[in-house]
Amino acid sequence: MRFSPDEMIFWQEGFFKLNATIMFTWGVMLVLVVGSRLITRKLSTDLKRSRWQNLLEIIITTIEKQIEEIGLRHPKKYLSFLGTLFLFVATANLFTVIPGYEAPTGSLSTTAALALCVFIAVPYFGIEEQGVRGYLKSYVIPTVIMLPFNIISEFSRTLALAVRLFGNMMSGAMIVAILLIITPFIFPIIMTALGLLIGMVQAYIFTILAAVYIAAATHVRKLKPDLDARH
Amino acid sequence: MLIDWFTVGAQILNFLILVWLMKRFLYKPILHAIDAREKRIAAELADADKKRAEARKERDEFQNKNNEIDRKRAALLSQVADEAKAEHHRLLDEARQVADDLIAKRQEMMRSDAHNLNQAISLQIQQEIFSVTRKALTDLATTSLEERLGEVFISRLRELDGQAKASLVAALRASSGSAHLRSAFELPAEQRAAIQNALNETFSSEINVQFESAPHLISGIELVTNGQKISWSIDGYLTSLEKSVGKFLKENEKSDTKVNPNPQAKS
Repeated sequence: MRFSPDEMIFWQEGFFKLNATIMFTWGVMLVLVVGSRLITRKLSTDLKRSRWQNLLEIIITTIEKQIEEIGLRHPKKYLSFLGTLFLFVATANLFTVIPGYEAPTGSLSTTAALALCVFIAVPYFGIEEQGVRGYLKSYVIPTVIMLPFNIISEFSRTLALAVRLFGNMMSGAMIVAILLIITPFIFPIIMTALGLLIGMVQAYIFTILAAVYIAAATHVRKLKPDLDARH
Repeated sequence: MLIDWFTVGAQILNFLILVWLMKRFLYKPILHAIDAREKRIAAELADADKKRAEARKERDEFQNKNNEIDRKRAALLSQVADEAKAEHHRLLDEARQVADDLIAKRQEMMRSDAHNLNQAISLQIQQEIFSVTRKALTDLATTSLEERLGEVFISRLRELDGQAKASLVAALRASSGSAHLRSAFELPAEQRAAIQNALNETFSSEINVQFESAPHLISGIELVTNGQKISWSIDGYLTSLEKSVGKFLKENEKSDTKVNPNPQAKS
């Protein structure tokens, strides 16, 4: 039994290989980029616009609003990263309705890669917003005792991000596969539908958590004067 | 092993490429389109606000103009009403004046008619009186009216008082004793002689009398010399009668105007 699409290898040359995860990821990327290009090719700045443009505008403005609600002051700056994170995970999970397709998010390699991206993005945005010293200071707040815990937290939450998404998606695929063996007719469909819902929820959770981590990294300096004032 | 590190690296690369592609093909164009639309809507709203302000301004101007027109119209109406009233009064006064003139003219005509009537009546009365008197005297006396008139003239001559007599004497002297004697009718020879005698006696001198006939002297005789005159005729009585008749008519006229005082005041 296959736990991950990584195990389905199409081509291998030493360290390099082309497995199902990478192939399906390229497929999802292609759909996303070509779809975006097709829709945004004839954008209308008028009051009248196409349904697809309307859909994209709704998705993007909703993501922007969510980012803003979390507490990031300039949502447009984080939109590319967080928005792509959500759209990629959501699309990858949505395509599970296609027979023969295996979600790249069902691979721990993919989720780990995404979690590593978040792991890198948090200090990147944090340093960009408040400088190296300011960002590093956030690890010793409120006291130096918190430094190891903060460092552990950085790694553990990255791991949690990767494992949470992988676990949910892999389990969904597993359940459908097992149910296909036991009750081949109705239940797999219901579980697939449920899997779609779980996939959407996971995409949302993954993006929101990433946004929260970035927000936490960029907001430390703002909190510090408040803490000083209390003393 | 669940994690394939090559796949992890490939997926990180894939994800970064995807972020770049999505930023280029999705976020930028869409955000740009949204911004452009928002700008356009803002511009249209600003334009609408501007137009609304302009419309409000124009409405206010229009309202002001309307008020001005109403005020002017009211002023004009008032002026026209005043002019019409003045014209009305003027026309009334004119009509009243015309009526007054007509009444005055009519009154004048009535007065003229009355005067003419008076004259006609007096003439008629004179003639009637003359006729009646003549008839009465003819019937009552043995002498004719002319004889009686001559007698009366002679007695008047004899009764002349000093002042009148003196002035006549002076006049006769100035005219070298010549005088004209006019009578309404041709005097008979006896009467002429009697008058000649009476004159000679009265003025104690020979008077050269020229006898003339003058029909306007109604039953009368007059002696004229150098501007002085002595006369007697029924004309004097008639003049007196005329005066009393005229007075009577005037009184009648006054009583008429009292009965119908100022008729034009009613108009």
